[in-house]
Amino acid sequence: MDLKHIAEVTKANVIAYKEGMNYEVKAAFSSDLMSDVLAYVEGDVLLMTGLINHQVIRTAEMLDLKAILFVRGKRPAEDVIQLAEEKHIVLMCTQYTMFSASGRLFQSGLVGVEIGS
Amino acid sequence: MKPYMKDPANAAMKLHYEVAKDDFARAGEASSKIKSVLKQLGIEGGVLRRIAIAAYEAEINLVIHSEGGTVEAFIKPDCIELYIEDKGPGIADIDLAMTQGYSTANPAAREMGFGAGMGLPNMQKVCDDFTIESEPGEGTRIKMVVNY
Ligand SMILES: Nc1ncnc2c1ncn2[C@@H]1O[C@H](COP(=O)(O)OP(=O)(O)OP(=O)(O)O)[C@@H](O)[C@H]1O
Ligand SMILES: [Mg+2]
Repeated sequence: MDLKHIAEVTKANVIAYKEGMNYEVKAAFSSDLMSDVLAYVEGDVLLMTGLINHQVIRTAEMLDLKAILFVRGKRPAEDVIQLAEEKHIVLMCTQYTMFSASGRLFQSGLVGVEIGS
Repeated sequence: MKPYMKDPANAAMKLHYEVAKDDFARAGEASSKIKSVLKQLGIEGGVLRRIAIAAYEAEINLVIHSEGGTVEAFIKPDCIELYIEDKGPGIADIDLAMTQGYSTANPAAREMGFGAGMGLPNMQKVCDDFTIESEPGEGTRIKMVVNY
């Protein structure tokens, strides 16, 4: 699913690296635990989170993630947005909660990351 | 587990970074720099990713659990080696610390998205070779190797 479609479905604003809006992701992962993201996420994945600090951007950077969707109306500070610009990571903000944003995207055909047991 | 030994022989390049305790805003800078140097050198994506994850989890641990320390990367013809050393407080029970889900992270670290007790097991998982040694009161040393 391309990021434009994701922004439409979640009524999200794009706040960093608009140039990347035609990127595609194959799945999404919703979490406020960055170590879980680091342990389970691989490939072209959208990260959805309610955390808005530097570490979210760093985590995405380490995994080469292209986009982060912040939920519950959260918006990171300017220096965090700046870091994402530098790293070419698209940031989007939605008013929906994690559950509602995830549900809408799932309904539109975006799948979750499968983790081995 | 092999004993911790720093082996500078045939390292084509050595990177060295200081990491300060509780410096949340800068946490991840060392790993970011290591990742970009390796990328410039044309290191393959999978290796890059594993090194980035290992370095970043270790760097975050320095920030949230230690008194501060260093992250070093040795770039060798057949592998990348990471060396993480800190000034304390050390880990009393390494098996317990290595258990998935075990964490003593404080509320500040948890607010940053850490403290799931996933870091050390994940570092071991992504590396081909993992060594950890620790003396309570002295400090912790971790060596991680990723082969090309
Ligand atoms: N450098 C260190 N110095 C002292 N104690 C450490 C150090 N690294 C890890 N520990 C101890 O080992 C525990 C487990 O570490 P691990 O990285 O697996 O999880 P965590 O850092 O608590 O959470 P997560 O990595 O999921 O964010 C820590 O909670 C801490 O008690
Ligand atoms: Mg950790």
